[in-house]
Amino acid sequence: MSLLQENTPLLSVRGLCKYFPVLSKGLFRRQIGVVKACHDVSFDLARGETLGIVGESGSGKSTLARTLLRVTRPSSGSAMFYGEDPVDLATLSAAELELVRPQLQMIFQDPFSSLNPRMTVEQIVAEPLIIHRRARGAELEDRVIGMLRRVGIRPEYRSRYPHAFSGGQRQRVGIARALILEPKLVVADEAVSALDVSVQAQVVNLLRDLQEEFGLTYLFIAHDLSVVRHVAQRVAVMTRGEIVEMGETAQVFDEPQHDYTRRLLGSVLEPDPDRPGY
Amino acid sequence: MVEPAPEEASSAAYAPLLEVNDLRTYFHTEEGEVRAVDGVSFQVARGRTLALVGESGCGKSVTAQSVLRLIHPPGKIVGGSIRLHRNDGEPPLEVLEERENSDALYELRGGRVALIFQEATAALSPVHTIGNQIQEAIRIHQKISKKGALGLAREMLERVGIKDPELCLRQYPHELSGGMRQRAVIAMALVSNPELLIADEPTTALDVTIQAQVLLLLKQLQQTLNLAILLITHDLGVVAQMADEVVVMYLGRVVESGSVREILKKPRHPYTIGLLESLPSLTPIGQRLPSIPGSVPALTDLPSGCPFHPRCAYAVAGRCNVGAPPPLEALPERRFVACWRTREVALERLLQRKGEAPKSVSSEGRPPAVADSQAEADWFENADLTSDGEYADSALKERP
Repeated sequence: MSLLQENTPLLSVRGLCKYFPVLSKGLFRRQIGVVKACHDVSFDLARGETLGIVGESGSGKSTLARTLLRVTRPSSGSAMFYGEDPVDLATLSAAELELVRPQLQMIFQDPFSSLNPRMTVEQIVAEPLIIHRRARGAELEDRVIGMLRRVGIRPEYRSRYPHAFSGGQRQRVGIARALILEPKLVVADEAVSALDVSVQAQVVNLLRDLQEEFGLTYLFIAHDLSVVRHVAQRVAVMTRGEIVEMGETAQVFDEPQHDYTRRLLGSVLEPDPDRPGY
Repeated sequence: MVEPAPEEASSAAYAPLLEVNDLRTYFHTEEGEVRAVDGVSFQVARGRTLALVGESGCGKSVTAQSVLRLIHPPGKIVGGSIRLHRNDGEPPLEVLEERENSDALYELRGGRVALIFQEATAALSPVHTIGNQIQEAIRIHQKISKKGALGLAREMLERVGIKDPELCLRQYPHELSGGMRQRAVIAMALVSNPELLIADEPTTALDVTIQAQVLLLLKQLQQTLNLAILLITHDLGVVAQMADEVVVMYLGRVVESGSVREILKKPRHPYTIGLLESLPSLTPIGQRLPSIPGSVPALTDLPSGCPFHPRCAYAVAGRCNVGAPPPLEALPERRFVACWRTREVALERLLQRKGEAPKSVSSEGRPPAVADSQAEADWFENADLTSDGEYADSALKERP
């Protein structure tokens, strides 16, 4: 890694917007307005850092993630990604995107619907390597077994189908699938929200271990503030498509500046004797 | 000895509305008999809230469905009793002795006992207006004109905090936000003046700010209507806010029960201890989260001995992994714990904490310095043995 790269952030987002048109009812479907799902979002993400994104449903968290990964094309703004080569994710063509995609991976919320029920765990984890032609034959198998072992799935179970695993184990499979391409940036969209609390703790610990081991950078999206507080070094608070507050985790949680942040924190069912109950 | 808090002392005086004794609901599947609920007992009194707590697959929802006799084949309630007491001194309704589709069960379901689900969207019909759906619920249980029912529905919507009830009556579920939908479901549940409300994860699908509003609403309605609430949840934060009594379930059995204060402040069963310690808010930032190893085993493949022993940090071979599961043992202050090693666990945790840096132990929580074994025993009878007694303390303080 060059000196330049070490000093630059991994991701630098400036003025990113995603608007969806609102169409009229009736035959002509004229555009009568826009929904600003994501408006003028700017932030930097340092290498090896975890940035937590919190906000209620409909605040634009997932749209932001999907726009960054180019599931949808942004309306305007830029997202410079300093991976192997610096590229602007916002304007890449489909062909260029193909080359960058392995460096950007996603872990999904629902471990039940995000794994194909007709594929074995081995096939699920191997698929990214096959699509991107990174490995085949014995090497493919070795890498899949190694990754499964790393996330805590016994390799003997690799020919089983997802339904044979519990929610926590399935989420481990999803993590293995995301990490097998050795990505730089991992977007975890509510990755532990669907898990029971004891299993959630296991998966949070696993994500932290893997971050250290592989030097991963996380964009950690969650509505559960106590989990974010635990995993993220910095937090961005979103509402109505905009980031209203961003800062060090402890600072945002202990001295929230924005009204919305205070309201959000005030609703958490958590211990704080100074907080009035409801 | 600590004096019992007034709340705990008085709760014994509440006559139970719902009494569940040794309930057993089994499912006969191809893989064998699944004991989803295996000998569960609890009571809920008017105006009080009992929380059923546990991870997914531990039998919470099946217990709730059993109370309403909503178990369908291959499921079957194979034993126990469910008793719903009456106000007027009439003999109680024996829910399990009723014929299927008897009048008493009709009156029970959605009448004397109302149920609200986690998914408001799934509980509502997408092709009927809110007004029509509430009106239907009213007219099933009450002899009233359509117009009168509509008036009642409007009143109820206003009561659950919907600002424009007139508009809401005409709206379809998809036109409402998640919080509004849950309010509409609560309104529908309450129109028939139920005595018991079963709330199955009522706020799990909601954002925290909306969750706060809905829980507050439930508490206010409970007070004005003197409702008994059976709350099913896995969220211990919700439990701290809402519950008077807590029953912790694991694999279809009760592993621990008692008052909310006792359970959250002094958990005795290793499973309860593990659940509390897994909460991220209780671990300092930067430290690894304590977790319960492994995951809930399949009910078709139960471990021998105590069902929790493969995941238990305190299990010992030869004691916990053999024989029958441990029975519920009564402890002081109406506590029940199902563990072979309750005392050893408490002592082990005590010793662990003695070894820790003093700052993690609050001053009044320190064990007496004397080596008097009786004093020691007294101490850990009352000691706060969670790593964070403050958690429960502060959470409880917030209760109005």
